[in-house]
Amino acid sequence: MENRIREARPHVTRNEALIFERSSPGKVGVEFAPLDVPAVSPADLLGADFVRAEIDGFPEVSELEVIRHFTRLSTWNYGVDTGLYPLGSCTMKYNPRINEVVARLEGLATDHPYTPEELAQGCLRVLHETARCLLEITGMDAISLQPAAGAQGELTGILMIRACLTERGNPRKYILIPDSAHGTNPASVATTGYEVRNLKSNERGCVDLADLDRAMDADVAGLMLTNPNTLGIFESDIHRIAEIVHAQGGLVYMDGANLNALVGVARLGDFGVDVMHLNLHKTFSTPHGGGGPGSGPVAVKRILELYLPSPVVEESPEGKFRLNYDRPRSIGRVRAFYGNFGMAVRALAYILAKGPEGLRQTTQDAVLNANYVRSRLRDSYDLPYDQPCMHECVFSDRRQAAKGVRTGDLAKRLIDYGFHPYTTAFPLIVPGALMIEPTESASKEELDAFIDALQSIAQEVEEDPQFVLKAPYTTRVTRLDEVAAARKPVLRWKPQR
Amino acid sequence: MRYLPNSPADRQAMLRATGNTSIDELFAQIPAELRFRGKLNLPGPLSEAEILEFFRQAASESSREHVSLLGAGAYSHYRPVVVDALLSRSEFFTAYTPYQAEIAQGTLQAMFEFQTLMAQLTGQEVSNASLYDGSTATTEAVLMALRVTRRHRVVLARTLHPEYRQVLHTFVRHQDVKLTEVPYAASGRIDLTQLESVVDSETAAVVIQSPNFFGTLERGYEIAQLAHRHHALLIVVVTEPLSLAIVKPPSDADIVCGEAQSFGVPVSFGGPYVGFLTTQEKLLRQIPGRLVGQTVDTEGRRGFVLTLATREQHIRREKATSNICTNQSLCALAATIYLSLLGKAGLKLLAEQNLAKAHYAAEQLRGVPGVEVPFSGARFNEFVIRVPGDTDHLLEEMRREKIIGGLHLEKLYPGLKNHLLMCFTETVSKAAIDRVVEACRQFATNPRLAAQTSKPDATPARRKSVRKHKSLN
Repeated sequence: MENRIREARPHVTRNEALIFERSSPGKVGVEFAPLDVPAVSPADLLGADFVRAEIDGFPEVSELEVIRHFTRLSTWNYGVDTGLYPLGSCTMKYNPRINEVVARLEGLATDHPYTPEELAQGCLRVLHETARCLLEITGMDAISLQPAAGAQGELTGILMIRACLTERGNPRKYILIPDSAHGTNPASVATTGYEVRNLKSNERGCVDLADLDRAMDADVAGLMLTNPNTLGIFESDIHRIAEIVHAQGGLVYMDGANLNALVGVARLGDFGVDVMHLNLHKTFSTPHGGGGPGSGPVAVKRILELYLPSPVVEESPEGKFRLNYDRPRSIGRVRAFYGNFGMAVRALAYILAKGPEGLRQTTQDAVLNANYVRSRLRDSYDLPYDQPCMHECVFSDRRQAAKGVRTGDLAKRLIDYGFHPYTTAFPLIVPGALMIEPTESASKEELDAFIDALQSIAQEVEEDPQFVLKAPYTTRVTRLDEVAAARKPVLRWKPQR
Repeated sequence: MRYLPNSPADRQAMLRATGNTSIDELFAQIPAELRFRGKLNLPGPLSEAEILEFFRQAASESSREHVSLLGAGAYSHYRPVVVDALLSRSEFFTAYTPYQAEIAQGTLQAMFEFQTLMAQLTGQEVSNASLYDGSTATTEAVLMALRVTRRHRVVLARTLHPEYRQVLHTFVRHQDVKLTEVPYAASGRIDLTQLESVVDSETAAVVIQSPNFFGTLERGYEIAQLAHRHHALLIVVVTEPLSLAIVKPPSDADIVCGEAQSFGVPVSFGGPYVGFLTTQEKLLRQIPGRLVGQTVDTEGRRGFVLTLATREQHIRREKATSNICTNQSLCALAATIYLSLLGKAGLKLLAEQNLAKAHYAAEQLRGVPGVEVPFSGARFNEFVIRVPGDTDHLLEEMRREKIIGGLHLEKLYPGLKNHLLMCFTETVSKAAIDRVVEACRQFATNPRLAAQTSKPDATPARRKSVRKHKSLN
């Protein structure tokens, strides 16, 4: 069809220009009410030293052009609403619409963070109730909603461990991290003054108790553990692991990235975990937003409560809420104000919608979906750790790699079948990993189509690996040259002069 | 449960496919003693209508009927409806970080536009794709300066947002870094003489905010010269970036960072917001956080990808430039939409309106006997007043008039007893300003309240200087 269009250009929906390229002088996208106070001259008020003439290169477009520009861009994205989004360890579940509505209510979205407490009781109540629900779900004792994302939650948790051990007389030197951990774990540790000591996984992909025993000594401040781990396997020795760490005076940090496998089924507070973070944008349905905002509350057992970031929300016996800043042993602030409040609103709306039974059913569905995929794809793909999984399963590209097709290539081909790919090449302990987390939001119908697609791709690899290597074929752009992008970075538009 | 798509029959069929007979078997890997068999003490399940009612009730216990003069790092500006209309395109808000570039060109192109807009606005060459918020962006900028200079001392203006300083303290506490704070002068600006005396060959960076926490514009050019004489970097923090539409950008700075919440993101009781960080091209490999770069596909068409990932945690692990693994994409998108909509002329006009409102308010307040506007430096939409008497009483009086009259500074700056930080954006009407002025007049002329006037023992600058010298020893 396309080559039969001769004179006319294809519509710009095919290739939307940058907003700067759509701009021409004199266009505006907004009008303001006339000023009701006397106008002023910036040059006079600010002085020649300070006044700016104009912002060079800034766009000038109409409201409709803005609408069309961003609407067109949106159509080049794949979202959870488009279809299955089985990114392992990312928990791409449905983002309920009611969450978006309540987070935008006037009074919640419009209260300033320095609003006097008596005029901000609604916002404080939401923070307090979210905190209470998260504590009930995790079985921990106290919590801070201040960390802006999971990585910041990790940092906050490690700083609290450090504060606690410092008061006990010695902050110690090392944090133990299993080789299956997310890259954020070691990166967070590095900024807290600790060094990382890596732990090897055993043949089940879990923490090797003998290796832990060897590594755990009086120089080790604690262990950072993800449970279920990044293979989707529950660390069933968790009690023993916690005992080994505690026996040497260390503390256990739990990365809550995979909490979607446990809500309503098990509580981390019962596992010997001392401190953990939660990802509201994974387990509690707040949208990922194309890469943020997230929210990474940190929950602790009683022994760490005094070190939580300041301030914390408290309820008085009269039912009034207040912010308590009087926390002399707190690690301090990790973010301005009280965290990503808007995310707490959404997470609470999710918890209220589910209720206790709904949350448990959700967990069961998430785990069932992952096991279904594991069972049905094992004939087509190598399963290096062959055992029942929790919320995600990890295959390897070993069979396909023999034909020169790697996990990243398979992922690109999956796009042609209409699916968002799984997580590629992670965890690092599985070479060529395909990490699949369907979440509870995937229907059987959708999973069957996904499984068919991956089986079909496995077949394609057998028959014509070269064809798979050039995928995707159906997207607006084909494979993008990432090497060129990094070698000579172009990070902004500049006007043609 | 309305969010779950599988029927009981689906579940049974799937369970059979896994070779299990009960859902419990799937959880067998969790030791029995760790299984939670009770019922969580949680409300719900609630219908949609009940959820709406719950949050409407919470929203009613708010300051929504009040005129607010609160600024101090979070600014109430009008948000055109277009912003939420476009943010609500679920291809944007239900997408993940754009690792699979071929099906994430929407997010990637928008982030490339964000990077361009922030670079243009701040007079810098390159920008990242956003950070959590202004406070953490400031911390990241400082850590970046430490990497670039390999030095260990950082000089901070005391007029940098107090909470930003607290966050920085938290994160550098366990690193080999010494933070030195410099007091402010009578102009409300950083005390240049003091600054001169503390910046040396060990200094990695000088960090100032402009407009600073008191709303006063700092003289970036002079401070840049001072810092550069010692081969230290200048970091300029901006919490009200609308000012940059009419105020010269800090082009002399090596890093500009701060908060872009003003651009279409609601104040939302403190978050989510959108931090930014812009810098010179020569420093780009030390930038923390996500970067979007332009490239081509196999057919030579323009496209966008996440780039320079070798700086990042998922590749570098403990050697990464930062532990951050996300930006604030959706809030950055809000800013991109907002700035596109207002554009060159609209942003300037809005900034002029803010300037005019604050100027009018300052002039009117200055005319109230007993009220002072203590800092002389040029300002944008925010400034400090000193009132004769107990500020908390005044704030209560104004609250009776449905006005939140600003932020009492004493808690954050003990030397500034009875000082209020007030912000006047385009959302504050002349009528509201006149009511504020009238409330101040009533207060100042009320003998009962005036009786409580207390004079500070010294000027703020001198008090701070004394304290500074102590901490330097």
